[in-house]
Amino acid sequence: MTRNSVPALVLFAALLIFPFVASFGPQSYLVSFGARAAIFALAALSLDFLVGQCALVSFGHAAYLGIGAYAVVICSLLGVDDILLQMLAAVAAAAVFALATGYVSLRASGVYYIMSSLAFGQMLYFLFVSLSALGGDDGYTLNDRSRLFGAGGLASDVAFYYLCVGALVLAYLFLTRVVGSRFGRALGAIRQNPLRARALGFQPFPFQLTACAISGAITAIAGVLLANQSQFVAPAFMSWQRSGELIVMTILGGVGSLWGAVLGAIVYLTLDETLSQFTDQTHLLIGPILVAVALFGRRGLAGALGAGGSA
Amino acid sequence: MSFALLAVQILNGLQLGVLLFLIAAGLTLTFGVMDFVNLAHGVQYMVGAYLAAMFASLTGSFWSALVLTLPCALAFGLVLEFVVYRRLYDRDHLSQILATFGIILFLNQAVKALWGAAPLSVPMPDALSGSIVLMPGLLYPVYRIALIGAGLATAAALSLLINHTRVGMRVRAGATNPQMVSALGVDIRRLFMVVFGFGAMLAGFAGALVAPILSVEPGMGDNLLILAFVVIVIGGLGSVRGALIAALMVGLIDTLGRALGPTLLRLALPPAAASQAGRSLAPMLIYILMAAVLFLRPSGLFPIKR
Repeated sequence: MTRNSVPALVLFAALLIFPFVASFGPQSYLVSFGARAAIFALAALSLDFLVGQCALVSFGHAAYLGIGAYAVVICSLLGVDDILLQMLAAVAAAAVFALATGYVSLRASGVYYIMSSLAFGQMLYFLFVSLSALGGDDGYTLNDRSRLFGAGGLASDVAFYYLCVGALVLAYLFLTRVVGSRFGRALGAIRQNPLRARALGFQPFPFQLTACAISGAITAIAGVLLANQSQFVAPAFMSWQRSGELIVMTILGGVGSLWGAVLGAIVYLTLDETLSQFTDQTHLLIGPILVAVALFGRRGLAGALGAGGSA
Repeated sequence: MSFALLAVQILNGLQLGVLLFLIAAGLTLTFGVMDFVNLAHGVQYMVGAYLAAMFASLTGSFWSALVLTLPCALAFGLVLEFVVYRRLYDRDHLSQILATFGIILFLNQAVKALWGAAPLSVPMPDALSGSIVLMPGLLYPVYRIALIGAGLATAAALSLLINHTRVGMRVRAGATNPQMVSALGVDIRRLFMVVFGFGAMLAGFAGALVAPILSVEPGMGDNLLILAFVVIVIGGLGSVRGALIAALMVGLIDTLGRALGPTLLRLALPPAAASQAGRSLAPMLIYILMAAVLFLRPSGLFPIKR
């Protein structure tokens, strides 16, 4: 038990009992919103791994959501409707894209990485806009949810919710293990002092490239789930605003604690959803809130709760 | 594909290029001099276009709208600098991204709330509204030629300003080593403010220039912002000369790729495949170019020597 694991436990326990609590309200709406929140939490979590552990600010992470979502479309066009196989395909595709773009983006550092990740994300966006076989700009509607081991149980919203939360918990456990491993410590050393890490024999490039692939692959799993949640896939999934929102969730939660990103995603989506009940001009309020958080909230929600945050 | 059509596409590409330069010039300096990630630079271009549209409908004249837009865009940039940016210079990139992303969300929605979601149009000035015959069979709108001319003239003026004035010298020095410039007694904060305001004015100028030929709408700056990033990565952070050359390259390659790509591919592929491949590849060309530059010259074609 580290001091980091208590808030994470509370958070995941709350997610696990959420459907029971939701049954006292409009359950199907709440559970479907909860699944969406868990999916974005998964994406924000994997982005936080990259931002917090490697100080690599990827502004193109929505591209991996898109890769995962389109993996579902392409798999189902090919007749593969098992969600685990779809995730496998998504992970492979995302890793290839991450390795290819990371190979060039990581050659220059800092601001270049931000700008080039944004540009590569946009490149993928335009590619999928142009692919008319996959619906182009209009997107592609999926008739059914994917199946799990040949069974159609995911059609139930509650079952699907637990699949999303399960994926989130597994990813969290996996990433905390990675952070604590020799590999993760090397990443931390490279982030804190690249020169010294290099002197100790850790070349940053292969470590950072591997981290990019891990983070991209997990986000692609979130993309597979997102396609199933909305039963619709469009290039808008990977728009640069979406990448920006993922960054916002990560920063809002507090970079570097992993569970902070989960909380940040939930808080951001809840804020957006709540405000949109009252006005359709939510951005007029969210924009200034983000500016205020940037100016005054130094370490995000995780920092405010007194834990985590290493960046 | 006739020669006349090719010439038209080259002019269109130049037009996109000078537009990108006007946006990228200010942005590359804010990156280079201040190490500040300003995502909100694209909305400053949008604000310029909206200001021009507003002043044009108030005064009825494009020219007075243009003259009024410049100081307003400058003032707008300075206000943003004063209220938000100057508190973020010493902070990490994440805080800068968060704040400027918030500004984008706010301003995109704000112009929608103020002027509606429907695109606005600005009447073209009478003096420039015709077309001229560049060669037999090739008519090209005068306004677009004037736009290219205005962009290139601005680039020349900017180059004079940066290479041959005291302020320009300080900006160049700031892009190379801000700490040293500060230690030598230059008020680096004021220098930052000047660069910011000037960059905002250039972006606003670009917005006002395109207002008569593009629709003025919320979010119009977003795509150009990303193209400007591509330009900066190719040209090299902080280099205005690099921004000019990269902007023209990106403008020409993007425009020519979209216009000629499918035709050229048809030489090698069956028509249907060629048209799909053309439509897919053309928008990706500039990003592939960026990847190639990153691969061969990781700090851009014209890196600032540190």
